[in-house]
Amino acid sequence: MSKHFFGDTTVLLGRSLRHITRSPDTIITTAIMPVAMMLMFVYVFGGAISIGPGTSYVNYMLPGILLITVASGIAYTAYRLFMDMQGGIFERFQSMPTARSSVLWAHVLTSLVANLVSLVVVMLVALLMGFRSSAGVLAWLSVAGILVLFTLALTWIAVIPGLSAKTMEGASAFSYPLIFLPFLSSAFVPTDTMPTVLRVFADNQPVTSIVNAIRALFAGQPVGNDIWVALAWCVGILVVAYAFAMSTYRRKIS
Amino acid sequence: MTTQQAAAIQVHGLEKSYKDLHVLRGVNFEVARGSIFALLGSNGAGKTTAVKILCTLLKPDAGTARVNGFDVVTQAADVRESISLTGQFAAVDEILSGRENLVLVARLRHLRNPGQVADDLLARFSLTDAGSRKVATYSGGMRRRLDIAMSLIGDPPVIFLDEPTTGLDPQARIEVWQAVKELAEGGTTVLLTTQYLDEAEQLADRIAILHEGRIIVNDTLDELKRMLPPAKVEYVEKQPTLEDVFLSLVGTKA
Repeated sequence: MSKHFFGDTTVLLGRSLRHITRSPDTIITTAIMPVAMMLMFVYVFGGAISIGPGTSYVNYMLPGILLITVASGIAYTAYRLFMDMQGGIFERFQSMPTARSSVLWAHVLTSLVANLVSLVVVMLVALLMGFRSSAGVLAWLSVAGILVLFTLALTWIAVIPGLSAKTMEGASAFSYPLIFLPFLSSAFVPTDTMPTVLRVFADNQPVTSIVNAIRALFAGQPVGNDIWVALAWCVGILVVAYAFAMSTYRRKIS
Repeated sequence: MTTQQAAAIQVHGLEKSYKDLHVLRGVNFEVARGSIFALLGSNGAGKTTAVKILCTLLKPDAGTARVNGFDVVTQAADVRESISLTGQFAAVDEILSGRENLVLVARLRHLRNPGQVADDLLARFSLTDAGSRKVATYSGGMRRRLDIAMSLIGDPPVIFLDEPTTGLDPQARIEVWQAVKELAEGGTTVLLTTQYLDEAEQLADRIAILHEGRIIVNDTLDELKRMLPPAKVEYVEKQPTLEDVFLSLVGTKA
């Protein structure tokens, strides 16, 4: 690691954060879709969905909405990286006496910051819509930890198309299936009414365990095994995506 | 020191292929310190590939290249300290202002007074008034000037300009030429690639023609002219070129 790694990453992080503050619409757009979904599910479909007594539907679906927020937010991560690759500024940085991996890390950290801001926005809207939580400090920290891990995992997935896409559409299209994944999980409806094949998929895909873990934490209930499965998924995806992203990156710079 | 006497750029037997496409098939040339060297060739002749190898952005398949006495493969970090690259497309950050772009590069080159460096360069390239404006509002010529200004930060002894005037209007082209001449007068070694013959004629101390992956000639302009059929004396009415007409109508800047 170069001796300038931290300094250079900070400088480049400042640059991309400035991009975001100058076009705050990327934060708004990221938050708008999940907020619209939340309004629709709570006020249109919510009344007809039976999730059992004692839980409000906002409380029930917020974890899924948070994951959708991250999934749509990382499309901008890929987009920002893609624009740097296209514009030649990536090559400029790579030909300078700068710690080379700083360019990538600055994008990753920017993605984390931008997504956390979007998550806070969505969370505030949920509060207005009646979301209430009995979670203690430790439970909130656990939720934050899971969301940070999830964002990092998806961010490293986003780095791959960001580095290798040929068109702008290609750079962000990968996020659609990720946005869709929560619908095939326990995020909006209990999985037991689904046909067998779908239910088996839904019960065993990462979103369900992450959603269940966050839901239990918000409700102040014991999280059981879900949290460990959720963490295993997040760390697993993170490691695999990181390895692929780094090998894509190495191919780009050599 | 030997590095002081040796040529600024030494290229021997450089080869590079992309799958079956042999872009460079054994390229040899040297560039003397403080001179302007033009690499001439049609589109796809391999000029950009050669420049990318010299800037440590690509690794050669065979052959060696030394820049400022450092090997581009084994001493890449030292090469990056010695060079700067102005790529084919102005590698500037559109969302930042001109001054912020300069400060960013100065920080990444770990200079002590980034603000001062930025202000000096803005003045030198007549960009002081536009310094606080977003680069997205700049004209093509201003962008190129900013791009070149960014390349001068930290006074690297060797500068690569890859087709610096492609896509510029005649006035902007003359501005760029002026900037390049001033660089060489200050002792900087300049390697530029171009497909415009008059550009090479205007600027270069030595001209090499890259054709089908090899350097087919490498000489001074006078020598090159001597290689062609002997000059005939003909009487031709001196018509102004369209460029002369254009420049006199719109009024050139000194």
